[in-house]
Amino acid sequence: MAPLIQYLMGGLTLGSTYGLTALGFTLIWSATGIVNFAQGEFVMLGGMLAVAGVAVGLSQLWAILLAVAGTTVVGAMVERTMIRPLGRRPVLDVVIVTLGVAMVVRGLVMLFLGKETHVLEPFSGHVPLRVFGAAIMAQGVWVLATAAAVVGGLKVFFSATLEGKAMQACAHDPVAASLVGISVPRMTLLSFALSALLGAVGGVLITPITMTSYDVGILLGLKGFAACVLGGLGSPLGAMAGGILLGVVESLTAGYLSSAYKDAVALVVLLAVLFFRPTGLFGPRDVTRV
Amino acid sequence: MRRPFWLQVAVPIAVMGLLPLVFPGSYSLTVLILSVLHAMHAVGLCLLVGHAGQISLGHGGFYGLAAYTSAILSVRYALPVEVAMAGGVGLTVVVAALLGLPTLRLRGHALAMATLGLGIILNILFTEAVELTGGPSGFVGIPRLSFAGVVVDRDGAVYGLLVAVLGAMMALATNILNSRVGRALRTLHGSEAAAEAMGVDVAQAKRVVFVLSAGFSALAGVLYAHYLTFIAPSSFGFLFSVELIVMVVLGGMTSIPGAVAGAFLVTWLPEVLRAFENVESLLFGIILLGCIRFFPQGLAGAGASVGRWIGALLRCPRGEQDRG
Amino acid sequence: MLGWRWLVVIVMGWVGTGLAWAAEPIVFGAVVSATGPAAFLGEPQKNTFLLLEEEINAAGGLDGRPITIVVYDDESDVNKCVLAVRRLLDQDKVVAIFGPSLSGNTLAVTKVAAAARVPLISMAAAEKIVRPVDPWVFNTPQLDRHAGITILQHAKAAGHKRLALLTVSDGYGQAGRQVLQELISAQGFSLVADEVYGPKDTDMTAQLTKIVGAGADALICWGTNPGPAVVARNRMQLGLSIPLYMSHGVASPKFIELAGPAAEGILLPAGRLVAVDQVPDGHPQKAVLQAYVAAYTKRFGMPPSSFGGYAHDAVRLVAAAVRKAGVAEPAAIRDALENLQNVAGVSGIYSYSADNHNGLDASAFLMVSIQGSTWKVLP
Repeated sequence: MAPLIQYLMGGLTLGSTYGLTALGFTLIWSATGIVNFAQGEFVMLGGMLAVAGVAVGLSQLWAILLAVAGTTVVGAMVERTMIRPLGRRPVLDVVIVTLGVAMVVRGLVMLFLGKETHVLEPFSGHVPLRVFGAAIMAQGVWVLATAAAVVGGLKVFFSATLEGKAMQACAHDPVAASLVGISVPRMTLLSFALSALLGAVGGVLITPITMTSYDVGILLGLKGFAACVLGGLGSPLGAMAGGILLGVVESLTAGYLSSAYKDAVALVVLLAVLFFRPTGLFGPRDVTRV
Repeated sequence: MRRPFWLQVAVPIAVMGLLPLVFPGSYSLTVLILSVLHAMHAVGLCLLVGHAGQISLGHGGFYGLAAYTSAILSVRYALPVEVAMAGGVGLTVVVAALLGLPTLRLRGHALAMATLGLGIILNILFTEAVELTGGPSGFVGIPRLSFAGVVVDRDGAVYGLLVAVLGAMMALATNILNSRVGRALRTLHGSEAAAEAMGVDVAQAKRVVFVLSAGFSALAGVLYAHYLTFIAPSSFGFLFSVELIVMVVLGGMTSIPGAVAGAFLVTWLPEVLRAFENVESLLFGIILLGCIRFFPQGLAGAGASVGRWIGALLRCPRGEQDRG
Repeated sequence: MLGWRWLVVIVMGWVGTGLAWAAEPIVFGAVVSATGPAAFLGEPQKNTFLLLEEEINAAGGLDGRPITIVVYDDESDVNKCVLAVRRLLDQDKVVAIFGPSLSGNTLAVTKVAAAARVPLISMAAAEKIVRPVDPWVFNTPQLDRHAGITILQHAKAAGHKRLALLTVSDGYGQAGRQVLQELISAQGFSLVADEVYGPKDTDMTAQLTKIVGAGADALICWGTNPGPAVVARNRMQLGLSIPLYMSHGVASPKFIELAGPAAEGILLPAGRLVAVDQVPDGHPQKAVLQAYVAAYTKRFGMPPSSFGGYAHDAVRLVAAAVRKAGVAEPAAIRDALENLQNVAGVSGIYSYSADNHNGLDASAFLMVSIQGSTWKVLP
């Protein structure tokens, strides 16, 4: 019994790191209908900037705050300089631009912060917590709690604030949204800044567990994207649930089947969901408009 | 818009035939061979991305599946190279069809997600099935290309063969665009639903193009495996799939000769940029961004602009004379 | 007025270099993975080539000729590696090639170098590179086999019988896994768990839980950073008490930094570079190690890694071969390399022969334990 609980706890921690990345994807998708392939790089940037801050002698708290602020500014700048000038070009062009942005961010970080792997000190020390006989890192609890808070916050944001509703309206129909007085460019800017912020928060939270280097964004982006698809693009709860499901499937596969094929099994689950429930487990039912 | 066949196929092939004379030496020839192999993917992806409006992030996986299948059949099962190659291409096409059938019914980014997932699954197989694939450090000792017992072992001959295959692919792709499938895809720019109401089977056209592009990548894969005689999983990963998309974008998305030029550029550029090794990925990103922003028509569009510009220069003096 | 003074300076400079470098330089080539996933290997190697080129030229070159080392980055990619080697052979006309950094890339180019009849001195460890022997291919790292033997000797002395493996699924992990599987059964241990993890994985608690469940006495983890640091941290998280052996792939200060307090008590085989001050004064490697550490630290502001040491030894061995042959021709260098005996390098003491193109044995390794965030050599 104890191994099962340990696998579940491990999967939960791992999955919540995927889920945190997935939340940023979902936010931009909700506002713009764009799949932002630079989302993993935002997560990486948050972690790397915090590491760089600690390296120049800042306290970890200040380093983290500055890293999150810096990444948010980068997110906003990406939207202003790269996305907005494209205007009404096809979504495909915008998606490819995000691929380009990812390469540029990765290249700049490698150039200025180096190729080494780094780690941050865990927020609450190295002593693990014991839950039902399983060990979980204290940092894992930080990740889970933050993720839960973010999901709740986004839920409130989208359903109870004017900005949130306006943002969803933009994705649904940009023309109609602008007709009722919503500034679509402002909402796109807001969504990029917010998702960069979320990414950076995720990055600094998971770095004590997963470590970071200039190239971790690729894998994080892929896993986060997969988590989104699994949970249903556009739903914050779905993104988090998808991430945790992915992590738990990987962990259980490694424990009971084969550690070599754990990622493959998780992706087979993803493909199955895609084929049989294309909108994901928690996604809104898609209505085709003519 | 009907595309003149000679401009689309004959001229690019002639230019490629002359390149080894301009860039002699075995190193240059290796770069050219890799460029042509990449161009094969680019031609297929030009149809898929540029004309069917679908992104694939898994063509690297198809490339690898064909390469590994052919390597395994020819080495572990001692089949003749031609048979192994046919097996590699055949299996890949079947896998692509099985993936495309359910996926291309769906709208949006379903194909991007599905191909991404499949590409990574395939890469895990190449890495973990050590007994069969040689694992992460690669598959050694693949026989060289041969047909009916004649081994094609000179790089010059390999290059000629590859250019011929690429020419056939370009011709086929051009014909497809001028056929019913091409016309069906053109309706994508208008209303897909309206087209379907008129009886145009857009989904079927997308499937044809997807499977064809996977077939092109598979053919490139088997040729690559038997040219290099060594393959490793890292050559067929997600980043390679992205690089293929970059080639098509640089080429201007819809132009077949443009895609080929994009493939040559993306393959040559890192060799030219060796002096800047640490900033190479950065430069790649900047070029990609600049291209989308300023040359949405890519190399093809840039070529056309330069053509118009030269034409204008040539005409200009006469115009002034007229006025004078 | 300034003009003639400049002219004198230029002419003097020209005469000066003319005197020192009357001869054509000897051109060597190197292929390293300075970017991409294996940058941690290629970066110190690239630096080392730069350092040794300067050092050798400052000391008057080789046989009165200056040397040039043309370094290309293969970005950890096999196609780029093949291109780089062809370019070195075709355009730079090199007399010997150092590298590549990776086993897979090396296996892809050995035939190319051999066909051009130019010696290739790889900095990758896989046994397949040198066994069976290709006359033109050598390598400088200690073989995985030697590391495995060193670990198992320690495990046997400590009385462990049931061993578990946890290896990374890349070329390095695969090579180590194969050798260990073979050695473990040959030496009468039982292998109770054989798990793997991906190079970028961030959580190994599932594998560790399974290994504990299998009743292992000791665990051998085989990988390069950052995976093993994750394993160490997860082991501490789970409170596992079984001893953890690592490979020489993490014998760098970076591992201790990444693993933090979880590194304490970990055992691993390492070359003498990690603990130069603990090498006895009479040891033949002592002077070489001290010189390399001092020069590298001065030039690049950080201590060298054992991966850089592979590059150091490759250059020193080829330089010794050129001196021995008296001529910098590929075939002569190859023949001389095969006859080098007892050359002390950073990674060990090399003796090449016609049927041994690795030249090291298990004595190149020390068993060390991490104590107080530093390396302690075990007797």
